[in-house]
Amino acid sequence: MSDLVTYLTRLGDNTLVLGHRLSEWCGRGPALEEDIALANTALDLIGQTQMWLGYAAEAEAKGRTADDLAMGRDVWDFRNLLLLEQPNGDFGRTIMRSFLFDHWHLLMLRGLTQVSDARMAGIAAKAVKEVAYHADRSAELVVGLGDGTEESHRRMQDALDRLWPYVGEMFIGDEVDAATAAEFGAPVPDMLRAPWDDAVLPILAQATLTVPDGAFAHQGGKTGARHTEHLGHMLTTMQWLHRAYPGANW
Amino acid sequence: MTQDGNDMTAAKREWPLWEVFIRGQHGMSHRHVGSLHAADAAMAMKNARDVYTRRYEGVSIWVVPSVQITASNPSDKGPMFDPADDKTYRHPTFFDIPDDVGAM
Repeated sequence: MSDLVTYLTRLGDNTLVLGHRLSEWCGRGPALEEDIALANTALDLIGQTQMWLGYAAEAEAKGRTADDLAMGRDVWDFRNLLLLEQPNGDFGRTIMRSFLFDHWHLLMLRGLTQVSDARMAGIAAKAVKEVAYHADRSAELVVGLGDGTEESHRRMQDALDRLWPYVGEMFIGDEVDAATAAEFGAPVPDMLRAPWDDAVLPILAQATLTVPDGAFAHQGGKTGARHTEHLGHMLTTMQWLHRAYPGANW
Repeated sequence: MTQDGNDMTAAKREWPLWEVFIRGQHGMSHRHVGSLHAADAAMAMKNARDVYTRRYEGVSIWVVPSVQITASNPSDKGPMFDPADDKTYRHPTFFDIPDDVGAM
């Protein structure tokens, strides 16, 4: 796989996996308004997936489509961050997972709007508006729930403690990142940590949440080397229809 | 919203109700489109965006706490509105308006 294809696949798999996770809430949200908001966000992310994986499929030039990539690959071919495949848990954990990712995603897309590859920059320019809203919304909920009742605070702190070891992977660059940075001026993950801290830490403080100690980072999602067991279960559900009825259409 | 099954408590634990007004792309004034629940004004604004403007219905949103609206009483309908019923001359439909004036 070329560096460009890997890079685009990572972007598309991030939005696909989180989009599918959020869609699991459809019809189960804690309030009608939240249910609709989560479904809207899921749809935004699936729309972005079509653009990223569509481009990846074309760049790969093996005659595959975005649908083939989404529905026809198995766990070891996915390149999403481990954070995003973690199960939804309760509403608080779902929101915390989105919050941690949204701010990284926003920084990433802002950088991508500036790359020399016009198609990549165009996709980023479209996605960045949606993601700015996602980041705004998840931040507001983190503050509302973190600085809410005793129970909501406890659930948000539990969520942060559980998900924190998956934060580090977002900021660990590799040779693919280096190559796309050199070729297109794509953002280098390591450089996003400081602005992410600047955006996220004050919000967590406002939410009266304590950032866990330790910088241990689970890795293996974006390289595909070591996904957590959760991704396989998720794909089983997500890909079931296409695997049972290949090419089904309506 | 609540798992305790107590209706009295459930009513109190609901988020407050908000009325949503949206100005469409070509509309000149905000129109009432519906209502929703939200914990505060900022959340009401976001919920309104997600519930009511998903298909690019609007370019501006107002949210107002429902309790802030003073409504006319349905039983006062007669005295409130009937006196205007037979005064069609109050409709300014008898004037020719030049086309250049545009929307009135």
